[in-house]
Amino acid sequence: MSLLEVSDLHVWFDLPQDQQVHAVQGVSFALDPGERFGLVGESGCGKTTTILATMGLLPPTASVSGEVRVDGQNILAGGEDSARGYRWKDIAMVFQGAMNALNPVKKVGWQIAEPMAFHGIAKGAAARRRAGELLEMVGIPAASAERYPHEFSGGMRQRASIAMALACQPRILLADEPTTALDVMVQAQILDLLTRLSSELGLALVLVTHDLPVVAQTCGRAAVMYAGEIVECGPMETLFHQPRHPYTRLLFAATPDLYGAGEVVSIGGAPPRLDEPSAGCPFRPRCDVVLERCAEEHPALRLVGPGHEAACHHAERAGAS
Amino acid sequence: MTLPIQDPALAAEGLGVPPRRHGFLRSVLRERKAAVIGLAIIVFFILLSVIAPYISPYSATAQTCAVYAPPSSRHWLGCDDGGIDMLSELMQGGRISLVVAFAATFVAMVIGGGVGILTGYFGRWIDTGLMRVTDYLLVIPDLVFAVVIADLWGPSLFHVIIVIGILEWTSTARIIRAQVMSLKERVYVKRAQAIGSGHARIITRHILPQVGPLLMANTVLTIAIAIYLETALAFLGLEDPTVTTWGTILEHAFERTAISSGAWWAIVPAGFVIAIVIVGCFLLGQAIEDALNPRLKVAHLSVRRWRIRPLAGRGPDAI
Repeated sequence: MSLLEVSDLHVWFDLPQDQQVHAVQGVSFALDPGERFGLVGESGCGKTTTILATMGLLPPTASVSGEVRVDGQNILAGGEDSARGYRWKDIAMVFQGAMNALNPVKKVGWQIAEPMAFHGIAKGAAARRRAGELLEMVGIPAASAERYPHEFSGGMRQRASIAMALACQPRILLADEPTTALDVMVQAQILDLLTRLSSELGLALVLVTHDLPVVAQTCGRAAVMYAGEIVECGPMETLFHQPRHPYTRLLFAATPDLYGAGEVVSIGGAPPRLDEPSAGCPFRPRCDVVLERCAEEHPALRLVGPGHEAACHHAERAGAS
Repeated sequence: MTLPIQDPALAAEGLGVPPRRHGFLRSVLRERKAAVIGLAIIVFFILLSVIAPYISPYSATAQTCAVYAPPSSRHWLGCDDGGIDMLSELMQGGRISLVVAFAATFVAMVIGGGVGILTGYFGRWIDTGLMRVTDYLLVIPDLVFAVVIADLWGPSLFHVIIVIGILEWTSTARIIRAQVMSLKERVYVKRAQAIGSGHARIITRHILPQVGPLLMANTVLTIAIAIYLETALAFLGLEDPTVTTWGTILEHAFERTAISSGAWWAIVPAGFVIAIVIVGCFLLGQAIEDALNPRLKVAHLSVRRWRIRPLAGRGPDAI
């Protein structure tokens, strides 16, 4: 039994005029303690929606199906009431955009301590002391707890929002684009911090990003999302060296190489619309190896190697090329 | 679970005693002269009202001199039609006028702030319902509505307070609503929900502190409007006739031939203090509003200008 198990997660958003967007289409993944898992994909592919659904934090216009199991317990079974007990205590989140995740008129320490009382961790002076400890843990002097967010630099704010997520000693940490809008040096420090926290505290980490090198540097395993579904999932090294889905292969080809050896390719076209169901493979219009089958049959995620899954009709051939 | 990963650069940045955060109002006062003048006017009249019974030279109800006696060394602002000392009457009237204005503003801010936060935060049918009520009250001509209601309920100070209160909350509600709608979409509100805060806690701990200054600006501006409306209602004879306010002083002077008698001292001082207090409120209110929304400020008129310092005289290496 895994620590976190997301299975067959679907999310629909209601649009005006009875339309719907099927934003997440049957996403499944599992995590063990201390594992670092990357969720990669381009903007709008459903990464953030997936982890917001995992936390049970979607707006009322969304409907969700599927299961999110923590220690085998489906935390979404009882709706908001059952999710609230787990949220932040077992499964916490670093929100996208650390600049906005902090309330500008409240002291940072107060904001870190806020959830502790709700979950019976600590109160009053003890909570404030713990907030200081958490800040030390993410590399900020404890005295800064008495400061306001505007007195922090971008990197410090990102560290503070990680400290916030750790307030109730969660076992699972979902980080949504934690390094976006940070410069490369700070980005490396934050990734280093997340890696160390996950190995020293045994945190299971889900890292959501559109930045492939970030995932490659941090995660042991990763899933590539396209148009609301996972198209390929496996150990990072396998994904990098033997991608079986054309999208993964093209994504890596689109990342510039440090030595400038390979040519940087761009993937033409745009992701499909998610408000109208389509037959066949969603990546077909942009794919470079299309078979007749691709237009008719939707490829399912299937095992193509040890711990390696891909949703492509010609996964074997792609691996060979 | 401590795991020190101190980064020296970060540590240096974060070290030292956190600076004291000055209050919002204090920073507005420091940067804007208009705010200081406005606050000084308001505080002056409040103090004057408080100590009026101890310093007013004569009784505000009993006859102490001749009818429409002109200003003299004994009666600085002359006397009214009943031979009552104008200065004493103004001081006494200010007490009631300011109490009515403050009480009415309090009513307006409680309703306006409450409606603004509820509609902005909860949206949906609460928003639709309460906003239609707001629109309805917003398009009704204030004075006409006030006259009808005050006349219907009968002249009384309490009624005037309620009438002004229910008329003047609408614009505040709209402004607060817009602000709350933007605030509730911020990520930190999402985070507050995620950690398990209820609506009440999110509103009091995360939303209210943010709309507080806005509410403050609106309060000061509404006081000005309340004083104006109170005067208007009193002038139209809808105020309790047994009390003295700045409005009733004007009304009495107007009705009892002060103008045809040439007794300008029965009208001008009351009109002057009303105008001064309203100007004071607007100066302070608008200064706060400016501070909240710097875009209201035109760049080339901005409060502080930066200078270009010449590089000469900084040594041979200066570039």
